[in-house]
Amino acid sequence: MVAKLRNVAIVGVGQSKFGNRYDVRIDELAWEAAGEALKDANLSAKDMEFLVVGCAGGWSAEALPAAICSEYCGTLPKGSMRVEAACATSSAAVAAAYNFVASGYVDIALVIGVEKMYESPSPVQIELIGRAGNFFWEFENFGMTFPGYYALHATSYMWKHGLKEEDLAEIAVKNHHYAVMNPKAQFRKAITVETVMQSRYVAWPLKLFDCCPLTDGSSAVILASENVAKKITDTPVWISGIGCATGTINLSKRDMFLKLEYSGLESAVEAAKQAYKRTGVDYDNAAKYFDVACVHDCFTIAELMAYEDLGFCKRGEGPKLVREKQTYNGGLIPVNIDGGLKAKGHPIGATGSSMIYSLTKQLRQEYGKYASPEAQANIKNGKALAHNIGGTGHYAYVTILSLEKPNV
Amino acid sequence: MSELGETAKKCITEKGLPIMEDEKSKLPIYISVRELPLRFQFGIAKIPKFFEGLKEGKIYMTKCKKCGERYFPPQTDCPKCLESDMDWIPLSGEGELLTCTMIFVKPSTYAHYKDYIVGIAQMKEGIKVLAWLNVDDPKKIKPKMKVQLKTVKREPEGFITYEFSPI
Repeated sequence: MVAKLRNVAIVGVGQSKFGNRYDVRIDELAWEAAGEALKDANLSAKDMEFLVVGCAGGWSAEALPAAICSEYCGTLPKGSMRVEAACATSSAAVAAAYNFVASGYVDIALVIGVEKMYESPSPVQIELIGRAGNFFWEFENFGMTFPGYYALHATSYMWKHGLKEEDLAEIAVKNHHYAVMNPKAQFRKAITVETVMQSRYVAWPLKLFDCCPLTDGSSAVILASENVAKKITDTPVWISGIGCATGTINLSKRDMFLKLEYSGLESAVEAAKQAYKRTGVDYDNAAKYFDVACVHDCFTIAELMAYEDLGFCKRGEGPKLVREKQTYNGGLIPVNIDGGLKAKGHPIGATGSSMIYSLTKQLRQEYGKYASPEAQANIKNGKALAHNIGGTGHYAYVTILSLEKPNV
Repeated sequence: MSELGETAKKCITEKGLPIMEDEKSKLPIYISVRELPLRFQFGIAKIPKFFEGLKEGKIYMTKCKKCGERYFPPQTDCPKCLESDMDWIPLSGEGELLTCTMIFVKPSTYAHYKDYIVGIAQMKEGIKVLAWLNVDDPKKIKPKMKVQLKTVKREPEGFITYEFSPI
C-alpha cells in the first residue's frame, strides 16, 4: 500500500551559462541559477524550506557543496543535503526534493545542480570520469574511460543492428544545430557530418565529435505543493511521474550484450516503465504522448539507445529515426532541441535540472523567446520527458512533466 | 609536483601570489598551494584465492554452494540465498567476444601504454569477463570471435593480470 502523496509543481527555474567558467567559484555559479529561479517564482531565498544540492564533485575543491550553497544563496538555517548519482545527480536531487514536498515534510524546496569541473586540469577530469565504473575490476587493470564504456555499447549495437558511424554523426549535427539557438549553450557552432567523421577517435567507434564536452554550470528548480503553487503561479508545471533504476556496476554483467535483439540500457527501460505507469503512458507508443524530450546524450550512441529504451521506436529502429530526422522539431518527437549534453554542455551534477529548465520553458511556451522560435516545440499534449543517465546506465532517472494536474 | 603546482610556485616567486592568467579567457585563476597525491588501497582478505590463482596461471570465478549462482568478479557473499559458502572454480579460458572498443584517449595514469583494446566475452562457464584483447591488427576482430583468457604479466610494471587473445 502506497501512502497518499501530494501533487508537486515546478514554480521556478534557472540556469547559468554553461562552459568553462573560470570567472566564478562554485557558490557564485550556484547563485546564477538559484537567483534566476527565485526571480522566476517571485520569491526570496528565505521562502525556501529545504535545499537539495546535486553535485558529483571530485574535481572541485569544496567538499561540502550543500553547506556552501546554503550560505551563499541565503537559505540558512534551513535543512540541506548533497545528492550524488553520477551524471544523473540533479535528477536524483529533484527526486529527493519531490518526495520531501509530496510527502508533506515541507511545502516548498529548492534544488540546485552545480558542477565546477575546471577546478582541475582536463586530464585529471578525464581520469576521474574514467573511474565512473567498477574501479577495481574495470579501471585499475584495464584503463576504461567514460567514452570507452559507451563505445562498448556502440560496438554491440553495430554488430547487432548494422548502425553506421554516419548515423551517430547525424545526432551530433542535430544537437549542435539547436545549441546555436540556446544562449546558455557551451558550443554555439553548427557542424556537419564531415566535421564528426573527420574528428579523431577517442574510443573506437566513438570520435571526438560524438562526445560531450567538459563543462562548468548550474541549474535550479523550485518545487512546491499544490496549495503553495497556486499562490505563486498561474502556470505550474507538474511532475506527473518519476522513475528510477540502477544498472550493474560491472559492464561485464550486462546481460543485454548476450541478447541478439537488444542493445540499450536495461536501467533506462526500467526507469521509463516506472514513470510511464505513474503517468499513464503506453510504453510501446510512448512518442505520441510527449511534445518534447531531453535525453541523455553524453555520447551520440547514448541518444540513439535512449530512443529505443524510452519506447519512441522499436528495437533496431533508432537509426531510421535519425535518417528520417524524426527527432528534429516538427518530427515524431523533438529530442534535445536545447542542444543536449553534446552541445549545450554537460556539467555533471547540473545536467538533470538543466533538462527540467529547458522543458519547463518549453511547456510554458517561453522557449521560443528565450532561444529561437525554431526551437519552440508545438505544445499540444502538454507533456515533456527528461531522461538522465548516471555513469553508463549505472543510474537511470526518467522525469515526466505535465501541464495537466496529475492525480498522484 | 604537478604542472599546475610548478606554475603556482613560479607565480608566487614573480608576483607574491599563486595567481595565473588563463591563456584563452585571460581571466585570473588562483591555484591552490595544497597538492594532494591520491593513491587508493583495497582489502582483499575475502578473496585471497583469486590472487593466489593469478600467480599459478589460473583465473577463478565463484559459485554459491547452496543456490549455484556464479560470480565474476568473484565474490564470497551470495545476496540471492544469503549464504557465504562458495566453490572456487578455475575458468577454462574459452570465450566468445561480445563487444569491444579501442581506447585512444587514455586516462593520465595509462598514458605510457600503447592504444589498447578492451573487450567483453561470454565464457564457457556462463559468466562474462572484461579484459584487454591482445591483437596485432584491430581489423582482425570479428563479432563473436573465439578468444582465450589467460594470465599475463603487464609491463612495464610487471604485475600479473589477465587478458584475451584470439584463438
